[in-house]
Amino acid sequence: MKVLVAIKRVVDANVKVRVKADNSAVELANIKMAINPFCEIAIEEAIRLKEKGHASEVLVVSIGPDTCQEQLRTALALGADRALQIKAEDSPEPLAIAKLLKAVVDQEQPGLVILGKQSIDGDNNQTGQMLAALANMPQGTFASDVEIEGDSLQVTREIDGGLQKVSLKMPAVVTTDLRLNEPRYASLPNIMKAKRKPLETQTPEDLGIDISPRQTVLEVTPPPERAAGVKVGSVSELVEKLKNEAGVL
Amino acid sequence: MGNAILVVAEHDNSQLKGATLNTLQAAVELKAQGAGAIELLIAGQGSNAVVEQAAALPDVDRVLVADAGNLAHQLPEEVSSVVVNLLEGGDYGYLLAPATTNGKNLAPRVAALMDVAQVSDITEVVSADTFIRPIYAGNALAKVQSHDALKVVTVRTTAFAAVAETGGAVEATSVDAPAALGVSSFVGEELSVSERPELTSARIIISGGRGMQSGDNFPLLEAVADKIGAAVGASRAAVDSGFVSNDMQVGQTGKIVAPDLYIAVGISGAIQHLAGMKDSKVIVAINNDEEAPIFNVADFGLVADLFEALPELEKELG
Ligand SMILES: Cc1cc2nc3c(=O)[nH]c(=O)nc-3n(C[C@H](O)[C@H](O)[C@H](O)COP(=O)(O)OP(=O)(O)OC[C@H]3O[C@@H](n4cnc5c(N)ncnc54)[C@H](O)[C@@H]3O)c2cc1C
Ligand SMILES: Nc1ncnc2c1ncn2[C@@H]1O[C@H](COP(=O)(O)O)[C@@H](O)[C@H]1O
Repeated sequence: MKVLVAIKRVVDANVKVRVKADNSAVELANIKMAINPFCEIAIEEAIRLKEKGHASEVLVVSIGPDTCQEQLRTALALGADRALQIKAEDSPEPLAIAKLLKAVVDQEQPGLVILGKQSIDGDNNQTGQMLAALANMPQGTFASDVEIEGDSLQVTREIDGGLQKVSLKMPAVVTTDLRLNEPRYASLPNIMKAKRKPLETQTPEDLGIDISPRQTVLEVTPPPERAAGVKVGSVSELVEKLKNEAGVL
Repeated sequence: MGNAILVVAEHDNSQLKGATLNTLQAAVELKAQGAGAIELLIAGQGSNAVVEQAAALPDVDRVLVADAGNLAHQLPEEVSSVVVNLLEGGDYGYLLAPATTNGKNLAPRVAALMDVAQVSDITEVVSADTFIRPIYAGNALAKVQSHDALKVVTVRTTAFAAVAETGGAVEATSVDAPAALGVSSFVGEELSVSERPELTSARIIISGGRGMQSGDNFPLLEAVADKIGAAVGASRAAVDSGFVSNDMQVGQTGKIVAPDLYIAVGISGAIQHLAGMKDSKVIVAINNDEEAPIFNVADFGLVADLFEALPELEKELG
């Protein structure tokens, strides 16, 4: 079985971004970029399925400008077998990403597609569900455990009330939650080896997909700042202030 | 394409959940901007009690009920067929769902089947086609205009007040539940049971982080929580370390909360945690590191060892 993993290049999770002065977007110049953390978890899960003998090949795909090849190379160093970049200038909307991934699914016929549950820049939480719909596959979103049993997939999902377990007929789509696994680091020899692994490129036109946007971002503004608070000297002072000053107790 | 608003109800077949009421408020605001009737869909099995609650909602113009065995667990593969069936009738300009794990699971699937984009997690309705939504863990707010005739939107429940629960008398109409697809099935669930209020609707929350050191120390927090009727939350570090269950995680990728009072104990204040709680009215931080970033957003900060502060707090609260 082939496993397809979709990864996104995003601002590193430790960076606190700022909004540009002209309120057009957030400032991304000279900012550290990385694989979206949920996508790292997706790569790790695919590699583990390969190590356990469930997967024969792991293909990673990223959609974006050539800079995303850096993240694809990292994925290859982590253990993916092949990489595919679909060239796009800006980051297309989740619907367009899902359509592109659907076209790749048609070409590659994976038994399982793993995505992150959410990109930490756009915070959309859409693409996996959209791909599942377009590819007519069942979806195991927000997964904290995945087990393959014959031709079905047992997925434990993190839901608002706790945990839910579902069984999906493969091929299926899984989106990762934080506790699915702990991603490994790439070793130096593997980073060297990854340079020789295949990285193909395609364009949305090659795949016959229209990626024109359906939405316009009119403005990006900073959130309201919280006024600086005070330090209290003791627990009793704290309780007094909460009761009498803030009126919340 | 019509202009009516279809709202997907959050429920568990026995109770209509609060998230529905907040989502309906966003619908009310859209209606004020010119959108059409507000219709509430209850997809499930044996959800009579929910239907009764829904019928009493004064802001709802119509209650739609899809009742079938394959909808019992609201799996998105099955529920999306019901929703798409309704939307294809052409009466609707909007599909709204709460940004809960259920809503997030369902809405994008429906959007893709309808070939429209989705606007996730809105915090404000600006006009009939324009919304505000947080991006980058809430470090920026995007004003997004949707050009699709059908707008699929998920609603951040803490950003909208709850609509009134009583006073209405709407009749429920039953709608078709298409045949089961059968590609997915429910196996089981482990739901947390707690006597305390639900995190997302609690008026007071007290959360513990890695500083709590172990799940065995959470009773220190719970003792305080019980004195003030608070819900108990946690940071990712506390959940990952196995101190408490996943459904208690507050943050960018956990639950978004906005109580009147949020007390962060042994939590450093990472961007991702702040994203989930910085819209609380009053924030208190208890941390023994006076440099901890949580103090930058706290209205009241106490630099102290939590193992001393928590028992004292419990005592002070009488
Ligand atoms: C993709 C992604 C998503 C994430 N999503 C979330 C999310 O949704 N929610 C979330 O919370 N995090 C999230 N995180 C993790 C986040 O970045 C932080 O790692 C996490 O919030 C840290 O938790 P903490 O504050 O409990 O632990 P730490 O950062 O380790 O802080 C512990 C604090 O406890 C204090 N302390 C220790 N001992 C005591 C004591 N005896 N008395 C008083 N204080 C004490 C310390 O001074 C310290 O400030 C996410 C990260 C990533 C990469
Ligand atoms: N540009 C992209 N290239 C490849 N995969 C993507 C891209 N954007 C989103 N994804 C995938 O979709 C997941 C969810 O993203 P989102 O719906 O934007 O929150 C990510 O974790 C990725 O797995």
